[in-house]
Amino acid sequence: MKTDSPFLELADDAPRVRVWFDGQPLDLPAGANLAAALLAAGVQVFRHTPVSGAPRAPFCMMGACFECLVETGGRVQQACMLEVEEGMKIARPHEAEANDAAL
Amino acid sequence: MQRCDLAIIGAGPAGMAAAAEAAQQGLSVTLLDEQNRPGGQIYREVDRAAGPRGGILGQEYLHGATLTAGLGASGITHLSGAVVWAIEDGFRVSFVRDGRGEQVEAARVILATGALERPMPLPGWTLPGVMTAGAAQILLKQSGVLPRRAVLAGCGPLLYLIAAQMVRAGTPPLALVETQPAGSPLAAVRHLPGALRGWRYLAKGLKMLAEIKRAGVPRYTGATGLAVAGSTRAEAVTFRSKEQKHRIACDTVLLHHGVVPNTQAARSIGVPHVWSEAQQCFVPETGAWGETAKDGVLIAGDGAGISGAMAAEYAGRIAALKAAEELGRITAPERDRLAAPMFSRRSRETAVRPFLDAAYPSYAGAVRPADSTIVCRCEEVTAGDIRSYAKLGCFGPNQAKAFGRAGMGPCQGRYCGLTVTALLAEANGQTPDETGYYRIRPPIKPVTLGELAAMEDPSATAAE
Repeated sequence: MKTDSPFLELADDAPRVRVWFDGQPLDLPAGANLAAALLAAGVQVFRHTPVSGAPRAPFCMMGACFECLVETGGRVQQACMLEVEEGMKIARPHEAEANDAAL
Repeated sequence: MQRCDLAIIGAGPAGMAAAAEAAQQGLSVTLLDEQNRPGGQIYREVDRAAGPRGGILGQEYLHGATLTAGLGASGITHLSGAVVWAIEDGFRVSFVRDGRGEQVEAARVILATGALERPMPLPGWTLPGVMTAGAAQILLKQSGVLPRRAVLAGCGPLLYLIAAQMVRAGTPPLALVETQPAGSPLAAVRHLPGALRGWRYLAKGLKMLAEIKRAGVPRYTGATGLAVAGSTRAEAVTFRSKEQKHRIACDTVLLHHGVVPNTQAARSIGVPHVWSEAQQCFVPETGAWGETAKDGVLIAGDGAGISGAMAAEYAGRIAALKAAEELGRITAPERDRLAAPMFSRRSRETAVRPFLDAAYPSYAGAVRPADSTIVCRCEEVTAGDIRSYAKLGCFGPNQAKAFGRAGMGPCQGRYCGLTVTALLAEANGQTPDETGYYRIRPPIKPVTLGELAAMEDPSATAAE
């Protein structure tokens, strides 16, 4: 899965924990920045815009642009402001129901 | 509710230095910052990244650890992960932390909210794979994550820095595409005497350029017509340089043409702002100490006008001394004596700025984007839309909201505000000051009803 990522992760000895993005299992470094970990894991589209449905992904990584919005814990939140926690279920905003059905 | 003498918003160099200085003068300080660890963006994660990545990130980054170390002083309460969404007169600062609303009362407020990347609207800049150069730096500092096949486009020292860091990390960028016109270094020469006072910065810039060249990174200058190609994600950067068309295939595009003050908090409490011709952005009106027209509110660091990390540190100390004097902890002569060395160091640090501003002007193609380019990323409003609003009689950014929702998305105009002002000003033949900026109101960051409901009861957890 990592080889497909446009991003390289320098060696990290943090233990990996299982999370789910869009119904797919990913093993990410515990406590890592969620947006960075998802990018490194090869996730390329974080959300689709409510206006035109265009794909978007992290842009500023500092909590200002809101492009990395994902849905987790029942809320739409900025992935770049969250840390990886074991068992997180992450979905593209407002696409969670479809994913639940797929699981 | 918690009470303190001084609330500081932002734990970057200005905020951290202000906290340390204020505590030293006997003030009780609450330092609020959105991130889980102090440092701001410039020293992001310095305590954790210094070990594994210090060699890549460089000495100037490691300096940040001297500031984070100062936060252990008694008198400083550092609230990490605290997202400030409102500041009210009095002062009452409202924030969300751990899913719960909280408030702190303070006699004085220092805003140390730092900078944002200058908006750089280009065709294709909303595609996945396009990020700011600052974002790449944050990925490297905090997470040790680097783009494998990236093109850096735009101008300014930060572009050289991230390129040099990528070289050191073993993933050099595919190309450096610079937009400053061929004549701008010449125009900048008249600022050279000032810049020579800041010779360390010039030496550092030349050293980074040499490092980038040695690594064999192709460098294109005077680029125009910059665009990102791709349908569902970035596939290539296209541009013209020296009369030739270029197309460089890549996975990641890192954009940068300077940073601008993050004025959201200052604007939300009514601090007056003016257009800076030199920095081509709005800056809050501040005095030498960082004081504003709002009694009791001081602004320090890049949020008051771009001066860089070292100047921010001195500005933070200067503002803290002013607050300590206003609250009667030190006398005015003591304040002046303690601040004198800070003023002279700050002046040395800022000497290079006029040279940098002139040598790396913002990219004209992004200041006046083509009609089809999206300027408001959240609401997908194009430059042509904004120009058409002007034809219908729209004079200012607040009216533009009513015409087409520009600036009304979740980023609250952070990445379109300056562009919308520039487009309307040009179309209406007005100055940026006449055109104005979005009216920024709290909440300046999203807050849920659950977080608000949890505010009164400390034992409650946020509802869904």
